[in-house]
Parts: sequence; structure tokens; C-alpha cells
Amino acid sequence: MPDRKALQADMISAHTGPSPGHGMQRDLEVCKLIDTTTCIGCKACEVACAEWNDLPFTPTTFDNTYQTMPQTSYHFWNLIKFNEHQNPDGTIQWLMRKDQCMHCADPGCLAACPADGAIVKYANGIVDFNQENCIGCEFCVSGCPFEIPRFNPMTKKVYKCTLCSDRVGEGLEPACIKACPTGCLKFGSKDDMKFIAGERAKQLRDNFGWQNAGVYDPQSVGGTHVIYVLHDATDPERYGGLPSNPTIPWSYTVWKWLFKPVLGTFALFGFLGVLAHYVTSGPRLAQPEPPGKEKING
Amino acid sequence: MEVSRRTFLKGTVLGGAAFSALGFDLTPVYAQTNALKISRASETRSTCPYCSVSCGVIIYTLGDKAKNAIPQVVHVEGDPDHPINRGTLCPKGSSLQQDILNDRRLLKPQVRRPGATEWEDISWDQAYTEIAQRVKKTRDDSFLEKDAQGRTVNRCEGIAFTGGCTDTNEFNYLVVKSMRSLGVCYLENQARV
Repeated sequence: MPDRKALQADMISAHTGPSPGHGMQRDLEVCKLIDTTTCIGCKACEVACAEWNDLPFTPTTFDNTYQTMPQTSYHFWNLIKFNEHQNPDGTIQWLMRKDQCMHCADPGCLAACPADGAIVKYANGIVDFNQENCIGCEFCVSGCPFEIPRFNPMTKKVYKCTLCSDRVGEGLEPACIKACPTGCLKFGSKDDMKFIAGERAKQLRDNFGWQNAGVYDPQSVGGTHVIYVLHDATDPERYGGLPSNPTIPWSYTVWKWLFKPVLGTFALFGFLGVLAHYVTSGPRLAQPEPPGKEKING
Repeated sequence: MEVSRRTFLKGTVLGGAAFSALGFDLTPVYAQTNALKISRASETRSTCPYCSVSCGVIIYTLGDKAKNAIPQVVHVEGDPDHPINRGTLCPKGSSLQQDILNDRRLLKPQVRRPGATEWEDISWDQAYTEIAQRVKKTRDDSFLEKDAQGRTVNRCEGIAFTGGCTDTNEFNYLVVKSMRSLGVCYLENQARV
């Protein structure tokens, strides 16, 4: 009997049958709130993430911005993206967005994954990769609408932000949340975070003149467990490619809900055919050589 | 009590069914997160040495400080009970572990002599001796007994002292005592804590 762990599995990649322990407990849905309007781009969250997860320090590339590197990597899960956006009136907005796994309620990586138990979604909403079961096929990389999973060519496994599942399971907040000096990162239950985000967006609309301020919690992936407050929720693309309508590629939906069952059914029919043939015709026996064959060959 | 083969089998089946029905799932639960790396580490409170804000930090050290365990820092993060930062840290503070575990950390005194381009390793004894000689010379050269109006001031104007934010009260007491005894007026500390 395994020890009861603090986190209960809710969805398991490529697992036949229900998830073990599913629905055994009520579980609090956790959520990370990122208020992009109060982020100062100090990168304390980047350092705290690399420090807590013991990620190695490597040389980075410079691309004429304040950004640490062009995109997240297998050893850098949390990246502040700096973007300069030109408003219609000619003014420039300098936007900073913390880019990391969004922990979707309906994760594209998990739908795409063919390895049993390599990707687990816990009942509290965290989507975690289990590298022990990962086969390194990189389907999750193309299945993710946010371009988050990253392949490590040395270990041949895929890595990404875990929302510090080890810390959250023990009742601590993720490392990035704890470090944030401006308080633009918050962590708590999904309901609380949605409420705080809504209040902040209302404040931005009413008092600061951001008519389009709103909360980014895309329902096309069932909502996410990382939500943003944006100056302009109608155009999330300006924040370094945040998709306004993230979707799981249709090929994966077809693969999972059509091809896999259909192919399974064909395989079953094939097996039944073999069985029927065995029952009706019996096993194939060695036939005597037809006379005269040697002469033709010779 | 005699148990027949039939009773034994019945009991086994019923017991097994009850065991499963009561929620004992014998298949492995997939929820296996990494173990918390600081769960049994020693916690030491300290102060971030970088700027004058003086954020409180907790240093997590391997082991429970038992006699045979050699302590090793495994993690540093903000102290949530500290009134200044309440658990938060800036990027420099978040990297404090690298302040301790660093190949390039300076472990012995070095000197760069006037006109030299390279740093030179010296012993602690030599460093103390040279510092003492320079302090003595500077004080002798710049000591002012009376100011322009003829008032007794007894001050040493050629030396200044600055402290850092991790200096303790005890250290600062000694600093004030020793510097005032030399006549140093330019006493400063970057931390207002």
C-alpha cells in the first residue's frame, strides 16, 4: 500500500480506466495570479525558480531587450517577457509578462501524451510531468497552446514548470510567488484569485482609464490555474505571444477520441477474426510437399 | 474453533471485498511529487548582505546539526516573519545561495598595491600589520588638535568608516568605540535598521 500523498491525481496521460484515487477527496483548486500592471520586471521570480528547482546556470543570449533569453528552456521554466507596444496615439507601453506553464484545466500536453503516467493533472489543478515515465516523444511540445514544454536533448525527457508541486503539496506557496517583491504575484484558491483579479481589473477600468482591462483565464482550455490581469484583455498577443484563444490542436483531439478507439476496435476485430478462424478451421498443419516440385526448381 | 475450507474461502473473499469497498485502493496512486528538499533541513535566520533594506532570510542547511553531520547550505529564501520584506526577496537576494556556494568566493586577503595591475595574495598577519601601519600614518598626518578658531577638537580627518547592513549591534558598538578613540568623525553605516 503506497503512502497517501498530499496531492490526488485527477487526470493521467494515456491511462486506461479511471485515475486511481479520483474523487476520493475534496481538493482545493489552487491558482497563481499575475498582475502584469504592477510587475516591474525585476526577475526575482526567475532567480527564485532556478534556485528552488536546482536548475543549472548557463550562458544566455542577448537580443536587444531586457529579457534573460528569447524563450523558456528545459532548465529555465520561468521567463519575464519584455515587450514594447506602440499605442495608436504613438505612446509606447513597456509590458512585462511572466511566462511559464499555465496549468490548464484541460491540458493539451496531457491529451497529446502517449505515455502512461508521464503527465499528471492533480485534483488541485497542477499539471506535472513525471520524467520517470516520459518517453521523450515530444508530442506534449506540439500539443501545448502556450509553447511551454521543453525537450532536454541530454536526458531525452521533457521539462516544464511544476507550479512547485513539491512545495504546494506541503502547504507552501511556489518559489516565484514567495519572492515577488511588488506583490504582483499572488497564490491561493482559484475562487479567491478570480475575485482579486476581477476587483483589480475593475479598479483599472474605473480609476486608471484602462477601458479594456480584464482577466485572462481562457475558457477554450477550460480555464487555467495561472491567470493574468492585463491592461487590455482584448489583445493578449501584445504581451509576447499570449494566445487570445488557446486551443489544443485538432489533430490531437482526433487522435485521442477517434483514431485511438477506432484502431483499438480494428485490433479487437482482428484478434476475433483469428480466433474465429482457429475455431472453424483449426490450426494450420504442415502440408505434404506437392510432387514434382523439385524437378521444376532443378 | 474449527475453520472449514469453505468458511475460510468465504471469509477471505468477503474480507477482500470489504477492504476494497472501504476505500483501500491497491493500485499505486500516481500522485508522486518530489519530496520537499527542505522538509528536515535546519533553519537559520539571517539578513541579506546586499543593500540597506536588510531583508530577512532563512538559510536552510542540510542535516539537523548533529555532531557528525557537516552542514551544507541547500536553499535560501525570504523570512515571512521579518517585518521588512515579509518573505519576499529581490533577484539578488533570491540568489543568496550562490553567495555561499561559489567557486569564485574570496577566501583569503588580497592586496593591489599602488600602481600594480594584479591582485596579490597576502597572509592575515601581513594584512593586519599593513592596515595598522597605514592607519597610524594617516592619523599622524591628518590629526587636528585645534580648529581655526583655536578650539580643541582632537579629530582625525583623514579616515572615514562605513559599515554594512549585516553588522550586528555588538560589532557596531566596537566600531564606534575604536573609531571614536582614533578621533574619526566620519562614521557612517549604509543600513538604517
